Amino acid sequence: MRLEELISQFQKKDKKAFGKLYEMYAVNICGVINTIVRNEARAEEICHDVFIKVWDNADRYDPSKGRFFTWILNIARNAAIDELRSKSHKREKLNLSTDFFVGILERPEEDDKRDFDSTRLKKMLGKLKKKCIELIEMLYFRGYTQQDASEVLQIPVGTVKTRNRNCISQLRKNMSAS
Amino acid sequence: MIDVKAYIESGILELYVAGQLSEEQNLEVARYAQEYPEIKAEIIEIEKAILALSREAAPGFKPSFDKISQSLSEGDDNNVRSIGGSRILRREYLGWAASFLLAIGTTYLYFQNRELSDRVKGAETEILMMEEQIAEAENSLENSERLLNTIRDKNVVVVALGGQTVSPESYAKAYWNKEESQLFIDAKGLPEPPEGMTYQVWSLKLDPLSPTSVGLLEDFANDDNGIFALSNPNDSQAFGITLEPEGGSEFPTLEQLYVLGKVSS
Repeated sequence: MRLEELISQFQKKDKKAFGKLYEMYAVNICGVINTIVRNEARAEEICHDVFIKVWDNADRYDPSKGRFFTWILNIARNAAIDELRSKSHKREKLNLSTDFFVGILERPEEDDKRDFDSTRLKKMLGKLKKKCIELIEMLYFRGYTQQDASEVLQIPVGTVKTRNRNCISQLRKNMSAS
Repeated sequence: MIDVKAYIESGILELYVAGQLSEEQNLEVARYAQEYPEIKAEIIEIEKAILALSREAAPGFKPSFDKISQSLSEGDDNNVRSIGGSRILRREYLGWAASFLLAIGTTYLYFQNRELSDRVKGAETEILMMEEQIAEAENSLENSERLLNTIRDKNVVVVALGGQTVSPESYAKAYWNKEESQLFIDAKGLPEPPEGMTYQVWSLKLDPLSPTSVGLLEDFANDDNGIFALSNPNDSQAFGITLEPEGGSEFPTLEQLYVLGKVSS
């Protein structure tokens, strides 16, 4: 079944279609949540809730306004960020650090085996500059707007757009090479 | 007709996948994606890259779908009914349709409302946090101003206390208002005392040397500005600070004399 049909079935509250979409995206979405909350147990719970929210709000997804994955990604990011906001961070300014990927790339080999194997991730990000990795993490995994990213990185908004294009192109090259 | 290549190169599609475009831009991209297969293909490739990256970033877990499936609200499986020709049946159908629409409307409003109240809650917390921060800042500003005014008083004598043998690089300052028997010690130049020890301030008469305890610099590590207020009714000729066991001593341990300074007369 084509993706569009699956989505339209899902919007009609077809559990089977939803199950298929779930298999397509759940690992990714849980992964994104994990890069934000950095606690696997919590991430799994939030991920569970996110997909229930996705189901409950099925009729609110509008295909003419964006990709289905982008829509879920947005719900997941918001849920994860709310979680950070609500717990024990009350006094500090919410600081969404963007060092998840850079951190994995920089840590020593022997730490790798302990949680998950990051060799493929390293291969994928390997040739990317640090500023690329940070930008990708900001825009896709943290939900920074172009404006946010331009302020944090102190580069013009237009540069955010073109740099991101170059970074994603490099990422795609790495992927097809590996 | 748009320049498809330039459009792709502009980087707008990457932002589309990130969900970082305005509503209008989203509609525009979606429309072009329908019109130009190259644009659609590019979007799918970008999405693939992000999917691959997020997949690799995941520790690989996901909650089982069965568990989620159990928590799902039921879809409306029984909304398919045959519509009879008779008026009564049609009216019944209308009633169902109306209540169905009402249910959708209510659900929609409910979510709208929930989202709004979530957002309000978030904003309220943020405001509270900021207010707290402002209050704290005002408080500390007030304290600093009060302190500054106190030590600027014309009756205040400033005594520089220099480091002694046990710690030559230490220093401190005493601001003494003899009229009001106030003594402020600026202890920024003293090292943090070791566990179980505390600094004790002494008023000294020089000839013959007789020390009188003025007080302790308590909770040294947690004091945020390093300035301590003490009361000194003595007719002091010099001030000294020694390191003593917690609680202070009756007489100064002179081997642990950190700083010393004479009151200029």
